Parts: sequence; structure tokens; C-alpha cells
Amino acid sequence: MKIGTPRENFDGENRVAMTPESALQLQKLGYECLIEKGAGAAAGFSDASYEAAGVEVVKTAASLWKQADIVAKVRQPNEAELKRLTKGKTLISFFNPAGNEGGMEAAKAKGANVIAMEMVPRISRAQKMDALSSMANIAGYRAVIEAGNNFGRFFTGQVTAAGKVPPAKVLIVGAGVAGLAAIGTSTSLGAITYAFDVRPEVAEQVESMGAEFVYLDFSEDQQDGAATGGYASVQSEEFREAQLAKFRELAPEIDIVITTALIPNREAPELWTKDMVEAMKPGSVIVDLAAEKGGNCKLTVADEKIVTDNGVTIIGYTDFPSRMAAQSSSLYATNIRHMMTDLTPEKDGQINHDMEDDVIRGATVTFEGDITFPPPPPKVQAIAAQKKPEVKELTPEEKKAQEVAAFKAQTKQQFTLLGVGGALMLLVGLIAPASFMQHFIVFVLAIFVGFQVIWGVAHSLHTPLMAITNAISSIIIVGAVMQIGSGSILVILLAALSIFMAGINIFGGFLVTRRMLAMFQKS
Amino acid sequence: MEFGFTTAAYVVAAVLFILSLGGLSNQESAKRAVWYGIVGMALAVFATLVGPGSGLWLLSLLLIAGGGLIGQYVAQRVQMTEMPQLVAAMHSLVGLAAVFVGYNAHFEVLNVAEVMAVSDASKEVLYTGLGGFAKLIAKKTPAELSILHVELFLGVFIGAITFTGSVVAYGKLAGKVTSAATKLPGGHALNAAAAGLSLICLIWYTASGGFFPLFLMTLAALFIGYHLIMGIGGADMPVVVSMLNSYSGWAAAAIGFSLGNDLLIVVGALVGSSGAILSYIMCKAMNRHFVSVILGGFGGPQGEQMAVEGEQIAIEADGVAAALNDADSVVIIPGYGMAVAQAQQSVSELVRKLRAQGKNVRFAIHPVAGRLPGHMNVLLAEAKVPYDIVLEMDEINDDFPETDVAIVIGSNDIVNPAAQEDPNSPIAGMPVLECWKAKQVFVSKRGQGTGYSGIENPLFFKENTRMFYGDAKASLDKLLPMIE
Repeated sequence: MKIGTPRENFDGENRVAMTPESALQLQKLGYECLIEKGAGAAAGFSDASYEAAGVEVVKTAASLWKQADIVAKVRQPNEAELKRLTKGKTLISFFNPAGNEGGMEAAKAKGANVIAMEMVPRISRAQKMDALSSMANIAGYRAVIEAGNNFGRFFTGQVTAAGKVPPAKVLIVGAGVAGLAAIGTSTSLGAITYAFDVRPEVAEQVESMGAEFVYLDFSEDQQDGAATGGYASVQSEEFREAQLAKFRELAPEIDIVITTALIPNREAPELWTKDMVEAMKPGSVIVDLAAEKGGNCKLTVADEKIVTDNGVTIIGYTDFPSRMAAQSSSLYATNIRHMMTDLTPEKDGQINHDMEDDVIRGATVTFEGDITFPPPPPKVQAIAAQKKPEVKELTPEEKKAQEVAAFKAQTKQQFTLLGVGGALMLLVGLIAPASFMQHFIVFVLAIFVGFQVIWGVAHSLHTPLMAITNAISSIIIVGAVMQIGSGSILVILLAALSIFMAGINIFGGFLVTRRMLAMFQKS
Repeated sequence: MEFGFTTAAYVVAAVLFILSLGGLSNQESAKRAVWYGIVGMALAVFATLVGPGSGLWLLSLLLIAGGGLIGQYVAQRVQMTEMPQLVAAMHSLVGLAAVFVGYNAHFEVLNVAEVMAVSDASKEVLYTGLGGFAKLIAKKTPAELSILHVELFLGVFIGAITFTGSVVAYGKLAGKVTSAATKLPGGHALNAAAAGLSLICLIWYTASGGFFPLFLMTLAALFIGYHLIMGIGGADMPVVVSMLNSYSGWAAAAIGFSLGNDLLIVVGALVGSSGAILSYIMCKAMNRHFVSVILGGFGGPQGEQMAVEGEQIAIEADGVAAALNDADSVVIIPGYGMAVAQAQQSVSELVRKLRAQGKNVRFAIHPVAGRLPGHMNVLLAEAKVPYDIVLEMDEINDDFPETDVAIVIGSNDIVNPAAQEDPNSPIAGMPVLECWKAKQVFVSKRGQGTGYSGIENPLFFKENTRMFYGDAKASLDKLLPMIE
């Protein structure tokens, strides 16, 4: 089958859904690759480099759409493109199915299969094709870079001959993929970074990236992300108040704010209010990554950079990934390639659109003339449910009491054992003749010695221990040697056999032990 | 008695044996300790030969020499991966010897009874014709005789179980018998019946003193040994082998009682307790009760087990090599798979190369890794891995979070995080090596199957885990040239 990628026709879109590198991998799956002339130019991939990778360069979009059985692109298709779909064609791209009823209807009418990249479920298996995450990662990084571009100071604190520079303070709201990427970039530039998220379980991740997690004084049971597939959900009114109060307290000292809070299929929540913007120092920068969904700050204007009256820059760009087209194209193309790998289990260049597969089912929005959106919930949960903390700290008194109790129990156990053992001994002594008891004492003492000695043996020498105990348990030879002098032929025969076997054991056991021990060398 | 010298020699031999076991507390003193054992054994045999066992001493010497030759041949030829089989085979010899010596003691008792029954006049003549052991019996009172019966009965019983048990264990370890747990229809009821039969034989035997109950019991015990060990699966072999080790000791001790020989008793007790402690350590390392291991099989799951999600992501040798070249600290976790693939030399070569680059490379050994207690240590020592970088579980478990790369070679259940994370897992609570806390984990494994316990291993599905499929040795040999 043929897989083709047209040039993106959305204004300002620089990305491309196939790179020369991903094309090589797709060819390994058995596909022929096509690309529209100049499709990769904006992302820095020339037609020549595609040709070098064995991709056929097609002159026009119309011809490409006609030839390709599978079309992979980045942006949601426009009306003209939807018209080019035919029955049995597969389209893989961002599709915004929740807000694109018309698009789905059109694709359904044409009988095309559409896989929407933003619908890939958030389960570990699907991470390699999770385009939202790979794009969010780029957006987070780029947000810090854009902020730095508009921030008139250093990120890192310095003491120079010309004076002392304090480090910048950065607050990241929302520690999702984008937030974490922003935290990583910001801390590596040297800023003091704070981060906030409504899901308390991400505090650990935040701290592992080197930022400080902003905790709220709030006691209501905070819901963990497991119930909502790893995404944040809507918060209660009280929680929101506590959150805004905390932000208000932080606003005057923060230099850069990067907001990334999005709730699936809803308008972005307002987190950075007008009065907070007013409280900020002149020259501060706000980057609102939620601008497309209305913004976490209501002053944000989508796709624009504005400066407020008190000198705060608010950046509302929505095309961060496109601004780093080379990077984002290669990640997106890899996501597509992984999706194709899952669609081609046989590696024979034929699509096997398996609607039983959680990932493929989840991402498919139209299939064989039916709209299959929204998908049923995936069979596996995105992230493991949080364990409820149950072990509470013990007070010193409780600990002491426990120790005393344990000691008492131990003493009691030892006394019982000694008592029972002693009683049994006495009982044996009453019945058994004295000659037996003499040997019995030796036996019991030997067991005691054995226990004391063996506990000291190094674990690494357990195999030599077994070999050597094997050799010395052949001491039974002594018994056989004593018996062999007896007159009866049968006894002599059995004793002789025993001596012979024990002989094998003694020599075999000791020699193999020696051989093993000689191998243990110190470095 | 008249053999004061022999008794003195026995005392010295017993002390030497104790020192020999005690010396195994570390690798250097262990090299001396073997000599204590050898000298002790030589002394004991010599003292017996010149003393109470002087009859037919030339034959005895010849037999010892003949056995010795075979023993030496075997000890020099055996591969270190075959140690478990060898140990099992040697146990079976001790078990069988115990049975024979027990039988002999029985015949001697009958012999003496005959002598005592004849008239007084000829009794003196016959008496002087008896061997040392027979003279001992002749002096016994009836009560002592019945104790003697019980002792030799026990000796034969334990010896017979040890014999067939070890033969089966040998077969399983050598791959000649299927290592899966197999039971005859009737299961443990059969074992219980055989044990009951043995008990009846014991009563019968002490009452009659005849040969038949002894023989019948031997058959029953042989069956128990066979059937009990057949019902235990491959990975429980460390426990089985150390248990058989223990039994061979107890058999020797029981025979020592019946022969009235303190040296046999002391050594038997030493070996018996050593095996018992090893079994205990192994069971603890699997968080299972001794009884449940011996009765075989894992208990069914105690409830809904956590579903494993995600997928096993494969990686090729170049990826592993790149990660290893970048790593500063590496921990290798070997398991039975390494022994099967005979990969220890390749592992050693890998370690040598990595250490030459100044990386911190260590081994983490779980107590039940392999098929014999301490099996991995011996294999690594054979491949010239210095023992000071081979660490026990407790020594290294806290270091995993600071480890860059953990490599799991042919082990499965001992690195299963379900033991800690899933209270419903059959292995819940078993101490495991927490390798998943390392930054990256590579698992060298033949295929996607589960381990001995049949439990899915969530480690293989973790995000920082990559599966390096293929035979351990072949994979490592592919990897080696890529390490700079």
C-alpha cells in the first residue's frame, strides 16, 4: 500500500507528518511512501532528502491524495481535503473529533477510516504514538524560550563585577507533559522554579525535575488522576478559592508565569486573574499555553503577544510546536510511524485495522461508514490508582510498648520451647537405658554446635558448604569398615558396597569443594 | 573399650570437622577449612582401620582407593553448572550406604542372637569369633536392643528416602526427568499411606526383630522419596537439595546411634543441622513455609491479581551497548537462565570490559537464584568474577535507585515487583531484588513466558524496562564487541 503526506495548507503551519527518517522505517513495514513537493521545506527537509530516502515526490496535492491509500498529515483536514477522501482510504491526523461534527460526517459519507491522533488513549503501551504528549513537550520547552526572549533579565542568578543579579522566579501552573518540560527547561536555565498542579500525586515528579511544588492549605480529599485517565478534572469551588489565594500571594514576586492547565473537552479554567497580573512587577512575562481554549488568563489574546498597562507581557501563541518545526516534525512523524507499526502487525505493507485493539479502537473516529466516536473506555487504566496511606507514624511510647511486647513474646516462646524440650528429654531419659542417653547427649550438643557454626557461613559459600557436608556425611564409611570384618558373606558384600560408595563421596566431595574454593578470587 | 586410641582419634576428627564447617564463614579461611575436613576424615578412617575395623582391612583400603579414583575423576570433570546434579547424586550414595549399613547391623543382631542361644561351652569360642560391633551387641540388655531396633530402623528409613529422593532430584536437575511437578493419582494420600505402613512396620519390627518388616518399610520409604520429590518443581530444588543434605546427615546420625559410634552421631548432627538451616534460609527467601514447598506447588492466587498493563518493549544489542557505555554504575542480576545458557564467561568478560572503563559494576544475588544454594556465586567465581563485587540481596537492594543500568540475566520471580505491590499475588511478601528502581533495566530472556511460579512479571512491562530477547550467551556475545 502507499502512504502519502501532503503539504500542510493551514496558515503558518510549518510541520510535516513524514520525515526522510520515518519514511525509511515505513518502507521497512512494506509501504511505499509519497510526499507532496515542498511539503517538508518549512521544517527543513528538502525534496532531495526525501528522494534520497526512497520517497516518491508528487507534484500536486490532488495527485497525492489520489495515489495514496493512507494519508498522514498534521492539521485537521479542511473541507477541500475531506472531499478528496474516498471509500477505504485511511486518514491519520489531528482531527479534533469533539468539535468537528461536520468533518466526521463528511468522512463517514465518503466511507473513509479516520484515525485522530489526539484520541490515542493515555496508556503506557500507546505512549510511543501519543502525539499530544510529544507536541506538549515541545510547547513546554518553547514556552520557556519565548518567555526568556521577552524577559529583560537573566534566568540564573549571578554575582558579577558589575553587580549582583538575582535569579528569576518562574511559576509553572499545571504539571502535565508541557508543564514538566517547562520545569525542566526553566531549572536548567538556572531559574528558581515553582510548580503547581491540582493532582497532588505529581508533586514527586515535579520535585524530581528540580522545581518546588506549591502546596495548598486545603484539607478536602483531593482526587487523584487515576479516575480520569491521568488528566486533571474540574475542581470544587472551595479548592479553587484556596488555589487563587495562593497564587495571589505568589504573584508579586514571580517574574515568569507559564500556565498549561487544560481540562479535556472544556474551556480552559481561569487561574491567573486580572488582579494577579496587576500585582506583578513590570517586565514580567506570562506565557499562556491554554490560549487556544480561551486561556488560563483572561487577558490573553490567542496567537498574539500583548503588553498590559503595568508592563506585563502576555504571550498567547498557539503554534509553539510549529515554531520548532524540525523537532516537532520528527517527533510527530515517529508517532505516526509507531501508529503504522501497530496497524501493520505482519509488516507486509497491508493495514490490519483491528477494532479490538484498545489503542486503535480509541483513536479511530470513523470506520467503514460509521462514526465510532466517542470510543468506549479503554480496558486498562491509564495510571495505577494511588495507594491509600495506611501506616501511621508511631509515637515513641507506642514503639517502646511494641518492643517490650515483642521481647516478652520472644521470652515466652523461648521458655515454652525450653520447657517442652526439657520435659521431652526427661521423658526419654525415664524410658531409655543409660547407654542410649550417653550418645543422646553427644547428639544434642552436636546439633547445637552445628546450628551455631552454620549460621556464620557466608551465603556465597553455600554450594561449597553442601559439597563439604556431603563429603563428611560419608563418615558412615566408619560404620561399614567396622562391619566388613564380620563373617557373613551378605554383610561383607553390603559393607563393601557402602565403603566403595562412601569412598567416591569422600574424594569427590572434598576435591570438588577445593576446586570451587580455589576459584573464589578477590579483585 | 580396648580401642582408646580410636576414640581419641574420633575426638580430634570431630573437632576438625566443626572447624572445617566454621571456616566457611569467609572465602579465604575456607581454603584452609577444606584441609581440616580432609585431615579429619583421613584420621577417622585410619583410626577405624587399625582399630575396630581391622578385619579385611586390605579389602577396605582397596575399595576406598577404587571409590576415590572415581570420585577424583568426577570432581575434576564436572562443569560448575552441573554442581546441583553432582551434589544430588552424592546424597543418593550416602543414603544408599546408610541403608546397607543399617541392614548389616540388623544381620549382626540376628547373628549375635544365634550365638547367644547356643550352649555355654561353645559360646566362648564363637564369641571371640565375632567382630567388634557384634561384641557390643552381645552385651546389650533387651531394652537396649529394642532401642537399637528403633535406631537402625530410622537410619534405614531416612537413608532410603534420601536415596530415591536424591536420584529423582538428580534426574530433574540433569534434565533427565521432567522438572515439572508431577504426582501419581492419589497425591499426598499415597505418601501418607506409605508413611503409615512404615509406622506399622516399626511396631512389628521392634516386636519381632524379623527381616521382613524392615524390608517392607524400605520399599515404602523408597517410594516416599521418589514420589515426594517428583511432586516438587524445578525452582524449588534449592530447598529440596538442602533438605536431602539434611536427611543424609540424620541418616548417618541414626546409624551412629545403632552402632554406638559417637563420631557418626556428631557428624550426622552437624550435617543434619547444616542442611536444615540451608532449607530454612531458602524458604525464607521465597517467603514460603517449608511444608508448603515440600508438599509442592504454589497455592492458588488469594484473590484478584493486579492486571499487568503496558507492553514488553524489545531492544537490540546496540541499544543495550549504548546505555552501558553511558552508565556509571551497573548491577547484574543472574539467575538460572545464565546457568542454562552457560553464559557466565560472557558475563565475566562484559564485567571485565566495563570495569576497565572505571564503571562500578556489581552483582546482586538472590538467595534462591539457581538450583542450589550459592549456585550463582560458584558459577561467577568459576568465570573469574572477583567475589568482592558479588553481593547479597540485603547488601545491594538499597543501592538500586542510584544505579544507572540493571541487567537481569535469566531470572524472573526473584525480580518480580508484584511481590511487593500486589497483596494478592501468590508470591506476595517474598523478598525480591528491587531492580526496577534503577534508571534503566535490561532483561535478557529467551521469550515472553512467565517464570517458574507462572506469574506474570510486571517488571517486564515497566517503562524503564527493555527486553533483550534471545539466548543469554548469544545475546551477550553480540553485545560484547559493542562495548568500547
